[in-house]
Amino acid sequence: MVNRNLTGSLVSRFLSDYGMLGVLLVLGGLFGVLTIREQHPTGADAGRQVANVIAERQGENARVLIVARDTSEDRLFSDAAAKQLEAIGATVLARVNGSPGDVRAAIEKIVADGDQINAIVANDVTAKWSVYDRFPSLGSAARVTPTPYFWPDFLKLSNLLGVANQTAIYAMIAIGMTMVIVSAGIDLSVGSLVALASVVAALVIRDGGGGAGAGVGMVVVGCLAGIAVCGAAGAFNGLMITVFQIPPFIVTLGMMMIASGLAFRLSDGRSISELPPSFLWLGGAQTLSVPNPVWLMLALYLVAHVIMSRMVFGRYVYAIGGNEEAARLSGVPVKRMLLTIYTICGALAGLGGIVLTSQLAAGDPKFGLMYELEVIAAVVVGGASLMGGRGKVFGTLIGAFIIAVIKNGMNLTNVDPFNQRIVLGAVLLMAVLLDTLRRRR
Amino acid sequence: MPRSAFTADPPLLEMCGIGKSFPGVRALNDVALSLRGGEVLALVGENGAGKSTLIKMLGGAHQPDRGTIRVAGGAVELASPAAANAAGIGVIYQEFNLIPELSAWENIFLGREASWGFVRRKDERQQATKLFQQTGVDVPVDTPCGQLSIAQQQIVEIVKALSQDARLIVMDEPSAALTTQEVDRLFEMIRDLKRRGIGVIYISHRLDEVFEIADRVAVLRDGELVGEAPTHELTRQRMIEMMVGRNIEDEFPKRYHEIGLPRLVVCELQHPKLAEEISFEVRSGEVLGLTGLIGAGRTEVARLIFGADRATGGSISLDGVQLDIRGPRDAIRAGICLLTEDRKQQGLVLGAGVRENFGLPNLPELSSFGFVHGGQERAACDSFVKRLNVKISHPQQLTGNLSGGNQQKIVLAKWLQRNAAVVIFDEPTRGIDVGSKYEIYLLINELAEQGKAVVMISSELPEVLGMSDRLLVMHEGRVTGAIEDAAAATQEQIMELAAR
Repeated sequence: MVNRNLTGSLVSRFLSDYGMLGVLLVLGGLFGVLTIREQHPTGADAGRQVANVIAERQGENARVLIVARDTSEDRLFSDAAAKQLEAIGATVLARVNGSPGDVRAAIEKIVADGDQINAIVANDVTAKWSVYDRFPSLGSAARVTPTPYFWPDFLKLSNLLGVANQTAIYAMIAIGMTMVIVSAGIDLSVGSLVALASVVAALVIRDGGGGAGAGVGMVVVGCLAGIAVCGAAGAFNGLMITVFQIPPFIVTLGMMMIASGLAFRLSDGRSISELPPSFLWLGGAQTLSVPNPVWLMLALYLVAHVIMSRMVFGRYVYAIGGNEEAARLSGVPVKRMLLTIYTICGALAGLGGIVLTSQLAAGDPKFGLMYELEVIAAVVVGGASLMGGRGKVFGTLIGAFIIAVIKNGMNLTNVDPFNQRIVLGAVLLMAVLLDTLRRRR
Repeated sequence: MPRSAFTADPPLLEMCGIGKSFPGVRALNDVALSLRGGEVLALVGENGAGKSTLIKMLGGAHQPDRGTIRVAGGAVELASPAAANAAGIGVIYQEFNLIPELSAWENIFLGREASWGFVRRKDERQQATKLFQQTGVDVPVDTPCGQLSIAQQQIVEIVKALSQDARLIVMDEPSAALTTQEVDRLFEMIRDLKRRGIGVIYISHRLDEVFEIADRVAVLRDGELVGEAPTHELTRQRMIEMMVGRNIEDEFPKRYHEIGLPRLVVCELQHPKLAEEISFEVRSGEVLGLTGLIGAGRTEVARLIFGADRATGGSISLDGVQLDIRGPRDAIRAGICLLTEDRKQQGLVLGAGVRENFGLPNLPELSSFGFVHGGQERAACDSFVKRLNVKISHPQQLTGNLSGGNQQKIVLAKWLQRNAAVVIFDEPTRGIDVGSKYEIYLLINELAEQGKAVVMISSELPEVLGMSDRLLVMHEGRVTGAIEDAAAATQEQIMELAAR
């Protein structure tokens, strides 16, 4: 009985901490069903598949024209198809990676050489080109395309990674916001700090390192400068809140305007795009086919989870948010903690700005607009209480993804952008409502 | 008295077969109570006995699972606080329902403002003044309630209930934060209510008060009514035994200890809230009682020693070493603990679990490189939970869901773990049941026997006299007297010093 009570309460604790995970999975399933479409395979696998079909039908007698567009994906397709066809002994008369005009030229050349095409390898797009109709002699030559299949657009790996990549920045900043909100505070300045970090880093790299030719060292210095400036802004927030007892809402509202103004001042309101490839690696490249920002986000979440659940620091954050006076009278260094929390939040916003700058290959004072609201929404949907004392780091990650999945799903199902905002607002209210109802029981 | 004698005139309140369960707990089981107009019924019992649940039912905050409630013979369903008001029941909870920024009259008429959203200031103010005059107490009607004393706020609550034509007024621990004189005034008011035919249910842990004011006593234990009798048929001893369910030999346990050299020496402590510099010392193995009326500056002295407020002058030394205390953190590190009087606001993080609260002041010792030693912490917490006999369902249980006595034990546990040289208790037994009180007294004795210096602030004179070795009495920010041998002192002696 005691045991069942214990497990029961642990289960309900888990549900109240991570119940939103279920919501995320349901949403994933919903959009999975809603976005099922006919999918056309691309790339090397598709090329080999088509070649095998021809090998089965015509074997070594096949005389093949390969038609694909001039894209990296299509190049992989045509390369693999050609290689596979040659391996089985068929003849590849020509390989076109280009426009319908290129195809016509190729066919004309083959016909002029007196060759007979008896199979055309194409994909779903190139098979529909009308250029083939000009050559009645091709009539017998079948156009072979990769076999289509049904799969949700939403659940395509590329889409999911794209969602993760777009969420990564919000989610990183939301770590700091979670700490702030758990400590019963709020930070409205993170959006502007994203812009400030973006501009500062880009300026340091351009003016200090020579723009596109900047070395790796200067890139690192630029990134650290952006983060440090935002960390300092966060520390300033913390000082105003602890030393002068000004409400966090007001302090960070002021910082929001100051940081944004500074970003515009420093950049003269212009975008700074003279950035070296080494800088673009952070936001643009992939490691083990997963975008780098996603790796960075996951690493930060693991560290933050350990800090908040296993370390003294985390305990103090929850205690301050739960009852600041009781925490102080228990020997918690409340002021030092709040100072640290706001500094971390600022620095993470700065890091978010660096990653965004790298993703978009430019430093811009217009970045980060409304990020603070998006990030606060993620934290709240993730189950944290604005009253403080409650909220989990991974809850926030789930919250960020719920918002991202809804946005992505609505894009894929062609929901009007205006309606999207209405839906997102309603989702935020629903999340808080659910939380309140669950707590009332 | 045979019940049939009253058939012609149904009792004001009749509760019959009341039962209520919460997940995992049966709060009340088959409780029957009745009350006539003009009668004061005292409801006593340990914390967790079900008193609060019963009161909340009368106030419409909880609904019974079983049983019926009749008011003046008619069955009522108290589905909401508004329904309770309509039935003529006014409940005054321990935590007042007053809005600190609003004046007395605004609070009294809150939610009942007449006419299209406009406030009839004049009418309301006049009515309120009249009601206060009827009660014969002087309360400034225009002062924001947050600036009134606790006693005055209580009167505002009572007047609020009267203004809603309450025929039955329930008071939950009304005397907990009152001084002796204020309690006397409260009793006068209650007697006046009796004369006006209003029934009163009076809940208190202070048995002296029960004997003074109640006509009848009902004792609850573990959710059941274990006894009900006219007050004059009961003795104090018998009442405690009914509440605890066992025999209690002595209210204050004996202590076997030796008083040694001075440990804590406070010298010329200054603060704007103190009328003059304060100096005293506490010796090893000694319990120093610090008493006086509420607002005498006792809590302020404790907060200055603990660093919760900064002293503007003076020095504090421990075992001959002068301390530089700039905040609670310094005091804790030096070996001074303060158990605050207000455990909900200052003692506990109510939204956090038992273990988190226990660990809070002890994390520096229970961690390395910033990582909490979960195992050590759990073991230490569990051993205290067992030793202090804390009733919790699991170590993650939120402290906000515990009864007052168990909450206080968690506060005790977190400070005992620190093994500090000086322990200051500020009203350690306020709002705590008899059984838990006794356990806390035992702990205080144990600390003294270990050679620690103990300071106990308390307004309950029998407690101060029963527990202290030496006494300091304060009045309006200054020490008005020291009594070297507390065992030989009398309550009258203290009151004379406290009210000087």
